[in-house]
Amino acid sequence: MENNLLEVEKLNVEYITDDAIVYALNDFSLNVKPGEKMGLVGETGAGKTTLALSILRLLPQKVGKIVSGSIKYAGENILEKPESYMLSLRGRRISMIFQDPMTSLNPVKTVGDQVLEVLDLHFPQLSKEEKNKKVDDMFQMVGIPCSRKNEYPHQFSGGMKQRIVIAMALIAEPELLLADEPTTALDVTIQAQILDLMKELKQKFNSAVILITHDLGVVAEFCDSVAVVYGGRVVELGKVEDIFLRDRKHPYTSGLINCIPDLSSTTPRLHPIPGRMIDPRVKVEGCCFANRCPHCMDICKRKTPEMIYENGHGIACHLFSEQEGK
Amino acid sequence: MNWLKYALKRLLMLIPVIIAVTFVLFVILSFAPGDVARIILGDDATQEQVAALRHEMGLDQPLLVRYVNYMIDVLHFDFGTSWISGYDILPEFARRLPYTLLVTTLSVLFAVGVGIPLGIASAIKQHSLLDYGSTFLVMLLASMPAFWLGTLCQILFCLTLRWLPVSGVGSWQHYILPSIILGASTLATMIRMSRTSMLDVIKMDYIRTARAKGASEQKILYHHAMRNSLIPVVTQIGISFAGGIGGAVVTENIFAIPGIGAMLINAVKGRDVPVVMGTIIFVTIIVGVINLIVDLICAVVDPRIDFAA
Amino acid sequence: MLRKKKKPLSEYSSWELVGYRFRKNKLAMLGVFMFMFILLVTLFAPLFVPYEKVIEQNVVDKLQGPSSKYIFGTDELGRDLFARVLYGGRVSLLCGLAIIGIAFVFGAIIGGIAGFVGGKVDTILMRIVDALMAVPSALLAMAIITALGNGVWKLVIALSIAQVSRFARTVRSSVLTLRNMEYIEAAKCYGSSSFRTIIKHILPNGIGPIVVAATLTLGAVILSISSMGYLGLGVASPTPEWGTIISENKVNIRYYPYLGIIPGLCIMLTVMAVNFIGDGLRDAFDPKSKN
Repeated sequence: MENNLLEVEKLNVEYITDDAIVYALNDFSLNVKPGEKMGLVGETGAGKTTLALSILRLLPQKVGKIVSGSIKYAGENILEKPESYMLSLRGRRISMIFQDPMTSLNPVKTVGDQVLEVLDLHFPQLSKEEKNKKVDDMFQMVGIPCSRKNEYPHQFSGGMKQRIVIAMALIAEPELLLADEPTTALDVTIQAQILDLMKELKQKFNSAVILITHDLGVVAEFCDSVAVVYGGRVVELGKVEDIFLRDRKHPYTSGLINCIPDLSSTTPRLHPIPGRMIDPRVKVEGCCFANRCPHCMDICKRKTPEMIYENGHGIACHLFSEQEGK
Repeated sequence: MNWLKYALKRLLMLIPVIIAVTFVLFVILSFAPGDVARIILGDDATQEQVAALRHEMGLDQPLLVRYVNYMIDVLHFDFGTSWISGYDILPEFARRLPYTLLVTTLSVLFAVGVGIPLGIASAIKQHSLLDYGSTFLVMLLASMPAFWLGTLCQILFCLTLRWLPVSGVGSWQHYILPSIILGASTLATMIRMSRTSMLDVIKMDYIRTARAKGASEQKILYHHAMRNSLIPVVTQIGISFAGGIGGAVVTENIFAIPGIGAMLINAVKGRDVPVVMGTIIFVTIIVGVINLIVDLICAVVDPRIDFAA
Repeated sequence: MLRKKKKPLSEYSSWELVGYRFRKNKLAMLGVFMFMFILLVTLFAPLFVPYEKVIEQNVVDKLQGPSSKYIFGTDELGRDLFARVLYGGRVSLLCGLAIIGIAFVFGAIIGGIAGFVGGKVDTILMRIVDALMAVPSALLAMAIITALGNGVWKLVIALSIAQVSRFARTVRSSVLTLRNMEYIEAAKCYGSSSFRTIIKHILPNGIGPIVVAATLTLGAVILSISSMGYLGLGVASPTPEWGTIISENKVNIRYYPYLGIIPGLCIMLTVMAVNFIGDGLRDAFDPKSKN
């Protein structure tokens, strides 16, 4: 499809540490259309943040390495572009909200300057007044009084800091916003406020969003489509309604949905997925979920399942590919 | 002015410290054996003469009374006279102090001026030849005794090559080698601290945020990393200055600089209690003031420091 | 590179991990080797050369360069530099270790009481420590020498007192951090007595920074001993000490450089070895500090 904003194709990313190689992403493929709000769901360590950093080409130097695959942004393979091209992309056309607002702001610069910096970097043609006006508007939009522009990060609460980070990410009106667990580090009440803010801003900005989270509730509220990630792969991909309502699901997705406590149900227990996630230091043959899957078959341990599409809904599981084959 | 209030408060807090320091020193120095009066008068003096002098000097009074008397004199800017040479301590100290302060300040400036850029550069180019080179330099400088390095350099640069004057003061060239020798260990500390600090800072989340904004590596370095990485280094400068004044005693000895070092060494050897006492009180005050200045500089660099607290 | 090990790292106890990281550090192991070598050679000095050689003067053989008869050469009085350096090392090393030991014990007692008892005791002890720390340690040591006079043991006492405050601070802050940790609370809930709490819980966990401080201070102390010796304070000639050896040969070093270079190198290598060990320990106890 030509009109995809982002096309990630069979991406393999490894982290090389002192005593092991961590296989973070394995043949990871994902497409995002302009303006699409995509949720990326999975457990901690599934490779969600790695994907976001790979898109910005900001993997930790010397440790994180893109081994193979391609990332096409607006039709161009950014993995082949020079660093200067990435500089013009980062913050301007693709921006990112990080998980922990407490540490993602520079402690020795005023918050106003830190938001303004994005404009200084990417809109040198604007006059000082225009830039300041834009910053003021942005502060207004994220709900921080402009009078606090000259204060330093330590003078703000966690929720306020995240608002500033969001202001920083949106001020250049990027085409793609990578939001890496933007609410996880916050108190529950603040989480709701930030989520409300993001929903409100979703109307004002037409950016595509990749929302990284492990919270299916957040996805249901915010996103159009979902990619379920497990063991560095996309195991299921589709529209939000489909994921929640369709009968045919990847066993891992079913597991995830069953984990949500259901207050209306009479069952007294939660239903956690048995077992632990596979060790990412071991390259697996076959399906990465096989060791925890209630429907595991012989073939699952031998062959990695391909993504099978049905009405635009993709599942990577032998349970369904075999049925297709028949 | 918040910082002025803070500075005044800190200066006031220096008073109890000085009182405690002098008391501790007074107790320690009261252990000095031998009869001072006897030392001063020599072996020929009669018992009565010695007793009279002891009484005159107040040495026959209890420790606490002597301490209070001493402190009253100090408040009147009277630090007494040298037991051995009889000179007035305060003017002598005032005459010698500028040399010591000059050499110490120059040495710290040298260490800061060379050490911080070198440390930061080796952090940025980690695992490069420069990095290994400066790490090696740190290892050498941190384990070399200053008197040894000083003696060898004096022989090489002053006696053999005749590039620099051997000893004494008089021209600016006289201060080059002493400052470098005194600054050598501080230089090691500065390189090491700024390197470690920079390496810590580059790993911070806010540096990643700046990268995600599209800032170039150069901008990240100058606008985001530099100031943060200097915070712990600035604190270290104060500590190094205090150490530098201690080390100046050795350097002054090698290069025959007429600072407080020579005065102190002679006093220690001759057990000249008032001189040792006075010198250390002065140095403590100077170190206290320098640390205050460094803390004020810290607050300029780090907005998180709040004087009100 | 994946390395084959008997046990995966994740199953190591925290002490085993410290040991593993330390052994993996090449510089630290080099430091241990160098230090053990210097320590053993100086301790077993009588096996190589009898003590009489230290003071025996052979004016005929004065200022001889290194040769098979005199490995390190002789000084202007014809004394064997090898013997002087070897026996001088005993003073530098053993005094250094003694100073650290004394300062460590007293620092631990003062800091431990301050941190553990808290309240007024803490305030008073820390005021005294602050006062001592306000004086540069070299000057404090000189003041004590003024009171006590010259002599090896007097120097040890002077430098120990000058270092106690630093140890007291480190120990106190270790105790304070650990005192408020939850597992200490848990131990108290079992009814552990205070003393047991210190021995079983606070010591093993707080020991890291203290051991590191002790090792790194040892290097500084060895330098101080030799500086004092050079200035003629503390150890006095003819007792050999690395600093005094350099000082007594000062005028001859220009034309007989071995007289200055050899004892200086001894000091440098010893301090370097100690610093390597200290750095290695710091990285092993706190891997985050490693770059």
